[in-house]
Amino acid sequence: MKTLIAVLTVLSVIIAFWYAACLPMNIKGVLTEAERAGAEVTPVGAKERRDLGEIGLVLGNSFAVPATWAQDRPRLPAPHQVAQELWKTTGAMVLKGKMMSKRSLFYHGWVTLSATLLGFAIGTGLGILLAVGIVHSKVMEMSVMPWAIVSQTIPIIALAPMIIVVLYSIGVQGIIPKAVISAYLSFFPVVVGMVKGLRSPDGMQLDLLRTYNASTNQGFWKLRLPASMPYLFASLKIGIAASLVGAIVGELPTGAVAGLGARLLGGSYYGQTVQIWSALFAAAILAACLVALLGLIERMVLRRMGMGA
Amino acid sequence: MNIETTTQADVTKAVVEARNLDLVFPTSDGSVQALKDVNLTINKGDFVSFIGPSGCGKTTFLRVMAALEQPTGGEITVNGMTPDEARRQRAYGYVFQASGLYPWRNIARNIKLPLEIMGYSKAEQEKRVNEVLELVELSGFGGKYPWQLSGGMQQRASIARALAFDADILLMDEPFGALDEIVRDHLNEQLLKLWARTNKTIGFVTHSIPEAVYLSTKIVVMSPRPGRITDVIESPLPSERPLDIRDSPEFIEVAHRVREGLRAGHSDD
Ligand SMILES: Nc1ncnc2c1ncn2[C@@H]1O[C@H](COP(=O)(O)OP(=O)(O)OP(=O)(O)O)[C@@H](O)[C@H]1O
Ligand SMILES: [Mg+2]
Repeated sequence: MKTLIAVLTVLSVIIAFWYAACLPMNIKGVLTEAERAGAEVTPVGAKERRDLGEIGLVLGNSFAVPATWAQDRPRLPAPHQVAQELWKTTGAMVLKGKMMSKRSLFYHGWVTLSATLLGFAIGTGLGILLAVGIVHSKVMEMSVMPWAIVSQTIPIIALAPMIIVVLYSIGVQGIIPKAVISAYLSFFPVVVGMVKGLRSPDGMQLDLLRTYNASTNQGFWKLRLPASMPYLFASLKIGIAASLVGAIVGELPTGAVAGLGARLLGGSYYGQTVQIWSALFAAAILAACLVALLGLIERMVLRRMGMGA
Repeated sequence: MNIETTTQADVTKAVVEARNLDLVFPTSDGSVQALKDVNLTINKGDFVSFIGPSGCGKTTFLRVMAALEQPTGGEITVNGMTPDEARRQRAYGYVFQASGLYPWRNIARNIKLPLEIMGYSKAEQEKRVNEVLELVELSGFGGKYPWQLSGGMQQRASIARALAFDADILLMDEPFGALDEIVRDHLNEQLLKLWARTNKTIGFVTHSIPEAVYLSTKIVVMSPRPGRITDVIESPLPSERPLDIRDSPEFIEVAHRVREGLRAGHSDD
């Protein structure tokens, strides 16, 4: 109960701040529209107002305040506008039986999600394989680890178009290029977490296996792999969020028509800020759901392993 | 002539023989002589305790016996082989100070770990788990996870794990170090019974004089810098040892000699 109150308090502070921020952000546009419609605005003329402070304008034209929360194309849409747009493109679509229509965020979300999941699967598999190699071979560690680190220092925004162009030139398009970018972002946390996890058994544990004359293989399956599970799940949660970012970024340079990235891009072409923000929220909600789902799987797996707490 | 025959028999029964054993650890600030000129014979069925101040090489000697550490000089044989050959033949059960049970395995499956590695059949695994659980008085706890057990029970489970396969040498490095005295007394009593029933050769590291005297047939007193053996005491106590034997004059006599040995080692530096 106490935590619920705390969470709600924080949430309402954020929303209040957001509504307040809409005033200065949107006031100039609102005043220009109001003047055109014949209202009395001080000072008169958009040119006059251009260099004035936004706060002063709000104070001098308090009648315009409600309008800053109700513009068609505001600089910063108000929370309820975003919520309405979200509902219009999700729940309302479902009620109309058009869940997978081109205007539905479920449709765009699924396009992005499928690339995310494919990329995540590739990235995770690759990450685990690399980690296993790194833990068992000094040569692998010294030759792979530096490249893995360097790979993450290149801004993905710069790299994504190149990946797409190169793949396109060899005839690969559609979901694959997006998944590749996704995998590129998600393999790294998995490598780092898995290496740490596979190395987590201490000297005593390894000595014990030595007294049993256990093989490296047995050591891996019976000790290292199970010991790495908590580390793996921590990395997977970071990895899936990175995957989603990768899939969205992968939709930007192609001018794709479907996917959350396409909604973001389309929104910014046409000044549809409400659409941009609702796409942003859809992406955030999707990420939260994916991470929560992984958390659930983590708890189930660890409990079955007897490590649940 | 009587003496002649006993020595003859002793030689044939020797499980561990260390001759002029040296071990130097190279470290960043000079080398550490962990063992210097160690000579020791451990016979089949002996219960040998190693006692001495911190850093005198007790753990190191145990680890050399188990081939977890390589000596830098001298010779050591285990069952007539090098320690590493003995390790490959799975001659040791090793009990560390921490139980080291896997949190993702219940007690029964923890005990099965060495059995799985050594390729025992499923039926044989079941049979042995039940046997050793009974031996350490943990029957009925096989399905519990380590965190559901007290520290003493966890340590007993780790002993059961070391007993499950057919190693005839049991090496224990301060297995009861972290436990309170009452629990310790009880475990010591159990350990003696277990030793009598299984007829294993046991190497046991401890910091406690009463524990060493109560358990051992042979007490090895060591001293540090460099780590060496200062005294080897053959216990005159009978093999049948109730807890109150610790009030007997013989017991106090042996304890006194161990204390003297420890003190002599200390005054050296
Ligand atoms: N791996 C190692 N590298 C370097 N020095 C070591 C190593 N292991 C032990 N030593 C040193 O060797 C000496 C003997 O150590 P050892 O652990 O055998 O002592 P111990 O008698 O078991 O002490 P304690 O009663 O504290 O367990 C110590 O001085 C220690 O610092
Ligand atoms: Mg020690």
